[in-house]
Amino acid sequence: MSNSPFLPLTKRQFVKGIAAATAMASTGLFSNVSWAKADPEELTGTEFHINIGTIPVNFTGKDRIGTVANGTIPGPVLKFKEGDDITIYVTNNLNEMTTIHWHGIILDYRMDGVPGISFPGIEPGETFVHRFTAVQNGTYWYHAHTLHEQTGVYGALVIEPKEAFENERVDRDYTVVLSDWTDEDPVDVFLNLKKMGSYYNYQQQTVGDFMDDVTLMGLGKAISSRKMWQKGRMGRADFSDVSAATYTYLMNGKSPTGNWTGIAKAGEKVRLRFICAGTASFFDIRIPGLKLTVVSTDGQRVVHVDVDEFRFGPGETYDVIVEIPDDKAYTIFAQSIDRSGYARGTLSPRAGMEAKVPALDKLVLLDPIDMMGDMSRMSGDLAMGGMAMGGMQKSGLHKKPNHARTEYGPSVDMRVDFPRLNLDDPGPGLRNNGRRVLTLADLKSPFTLADDRMPTREIELHLTGNMERFIWSMDGLKLNEAKPVHFPLGERIRVILHNDTTMIHPMHLHGMWSDLESPDGGFQVRKHTIAVQPAQRISMLVTVDAEGHWAFHCHLLYHMAAGMFREVVVA
Amino acid sequence: MEMKMEHKHSEEKKDPQKMDPESGKEKQDSGDMNHSSGDMKMDMDHSSGDMKMDMDHSSGDMKMDSGGMDHGSMGSMEMPPMLGGSPPADARDPHAYSDGYEYRGMAGFEATDMMMVNKVIADQFEYRNNKGNDTLTWDMQGWYGGDYNKLWVKFEGEDETSANAGEMELQALYSRTVAAFWDFQAGIRYDAAYGTDSPGDRAFAVIGLQGLAPYWFELEPAIFISDNGDFSARLVASYELLFTQRLILEPRAEINISASEVREYDIGSGLNDIQLDLRLRYEIRRKFAPYVGIAWSRKFGNTARLTRASGGDVDVLSLVTGIRFWF
Repeated sequence: MSNSPFLPLTKRQFVKGIAAATAMASTGLFSNVSWAKADPEELTGTEFHINIGTIPVNFTGKDRIGTVANGTIPGPVLKFKEGDDITIYVTNNLNEMTTIHWHGIILDYRMDGVPGISFPGIEPGETFVHRFTAVQNGTYWYHAHTLHEQTGVYGALVIEPKEAFENERVDRDYTVVLSDWTDEDPVDVFLNLKKMGSYYNYQQQTVGDFMDDVTLMGLGKAISSRKMWQKGRMGRADFSDVSAATYTYLMNGKSPTGNWTGIAKAGEKVRLRFICAGTASFFDIRIPGLKLTVVSTDGQRVVHVDVDEFRFGPGETYDVIVEIPDDKAYTIFAQSIDRSGYARGTLSPRAGMEAKVPALDKLVLLDPIDMMGDMSRMSGDLAMGGMAMGGMQKSGLHKKPNHARTEYGPSVDMRVDFPRLNLDDPGPGLRNNGRRVLTLADLKSPFTLADDRMPTREIELHLTGNMERFIWSMDGLKLNEAKPVHFPLGERIRVILHNDTTMIHPMHLHGMWSDLESPDGGFQVRKHTIAVQPAQRISMLVTVDAEGHWAFHCHLLYHMAAGMFREVVVA
Repeated sequence: MEMKMEHKHSEEKKDPQKMDPESGKEKQDSGDMNHSSGDMKMDMDHSSGDMKMDMDHSSGDMKMDSGGMDHGSMGSMEMPPMLGGSPPADARDPHAYSDGYEYRGMAGFEATDMMMVNKVIADQFEYRNNKGNDTLTWDMQGWYGGDYNKLWVKFEGEDETSANAGEMELQALYSRTVAAFWDFQAGIRYDAAYGTDSPGDRAFAVIGLQGLAPYWFELEPAIFISDNGDFSARLVASYELLFTQRLILEPRAEINISASEVREYDIGSGLNDIQLDLRLRYEIRRKFAPYVGIAWSRKFGNTARLTRASGGDVDVLSLVTGIRFWF
């Protein structure tokens, strides 16, 4: 990327980290904390107890305090059965308010754990009892709906189906939680970004990059390829707000050096339940040498699809099944989307074996389509006043984007007028990389929806921001400036999400499923968190059956904190 | 830091809170769960917050971006994205989907999106080596506020190391975000000087802009009106060239012009002076960067004549060494 003589060194320092949060846990000041354990335990049953407290951790060589569930990062794996009545006691042993949100779980909104929306939060010393019936199965997760998510409060949640699926029989089953750790106080991370949007971005274009381009493509092209970005004051390497400059990426709480290892022997089928608990990080996952058979996303089964690699963002989960051909070690490689670092683990027949860790991919800059969208549509269907091909009136997805009047103000640094509607794009940095990369178009729910009513209304929401000022919003309005969005109880509605930024936003609707539609209007896949790509416009259907107050937000923690968040009122 | 936001339910009992709040906090009064109960009667007056600003800003983004958006010529893929401008008459009402519901939130919610932030940055904090007339020179800015409204302070000056003489300029401004990349600023400026030939203090009214022009040029144009009614103007422009992610060359230009002659300050009418600086910094950390550079200033016209007459230099080239820091 850069011609800096300093960066490669720094980068190596960035990406490694040191072992896990284990060494410190039994020594020093906190040795009397009886629940400080090395690895997350697995809890099963119908009644669970979670204590949120602190432990000393050391991921980078510096002693820090983590906030954790039951003494580990990640917290315990909670396992229960579909149909069971579940009770979870969450006790706050911190000295400030915290919460736990059960991400993707269908429940009473007051059990949903969003402070200020579902309930006032759990004050220090309090225990909050969460009760719900498990009406679903699959891989989910839980996390603090506060900045404690950054400092360690998250864990896996697995709901076993009433009857096991025949085509998903495996010999081993692991949860693989990806996350990001910083030695900095999350408030400082947020403030650094507010004061300088590119604070953690050490991959900006340099004079050397320009000279390289001049050599490669000539002066004219080198200038013209930069012109629109420079003129628009947009960075072409703005993939992550927070990078390995401060992050150590973790797999099941282990840094790359710590090397989380799952035992897997020749001939075995292994299910890996990937959970993205990164607060500001997308990960690109692959296991060199193995095909990944994707069997579900966000806890919902999909038609099996074989890929080499998939990308997922904060909030999303993907279950894959791999078949181990031989008694060798295989690296689970999870690059951060900005290629500044990686998390890594190993599948091997016995502990201690390692496979080669691939080099980070070269950073591929954002493409013009990530800012301008689909320019080919300009002279196409849009010009026909929203009439799509064949003269058929399509859904709001195909209509001319209707920007809110508040998108013309200072909170918004760009608007996309010709969004990309296609779902078959793996996204910036993954296009044409020589590997078979999963796209949303590959994900197909194997079931038909019980609710197949035509939507009664369309709600168009634009994902907006100002990178330079680190203002993130929807329709140009931050949470506290906006009125809630009303979803009428009992209706089936269409929600259009239109991304007016060059970043990917994992949009998470609480309490109800997001049924993604294909561009031609068919039901594509059921999810709870949909990553909307730069300059992309997607359409999803929601069966509005969950009365109450819900959160709808970008799951990048610092975008959420900055205001890319709406309250949804279902009544 | 965080603002206490207060909220109110919409008057009608639209709140779908009929569910039995049986489960809830063990140790605490479970009544807290029912937010529609009377103790939550708080007022959320959105319109009184300073955040309720006129979003329909017709000024656009300096007219540089929204202009020239001729769709027909867009095929080259070289134009920047749309921003700013005036919303069309049929632009969507962002509140239309609320159907009368008001944002309520409740105790416990951290209004991090409304957080007040402060930043202090010293772009120049340096020693200027200038053949026996060395100075310590500084140029600092600080702000405090939310995303759209800030108190902005600018403080610059120089102190002669070999004499008890120097001058400084302090501006206190209200800064308002008027476009994606631009702040409008208005306030007061106070100049003080000390030393043997010190002409005394002056005060000014200031209006200006500060922001980022297309192609990443930082611009800071301002107009000053002194307490004697003299008009002057200043434009500061700078640019950052990244040799590496940490080694950054920053050219900077400053131009001062004056509408009238102010003899006691050696200021003639017309172009007063141009300053061209070049600083090469190394960001050991984002917030701490030592630098070296050169600073050249040249006075022109009557300003040069008046300066010469009072024994000053009209052409000064200095080597500078300093640190750039912020917090």
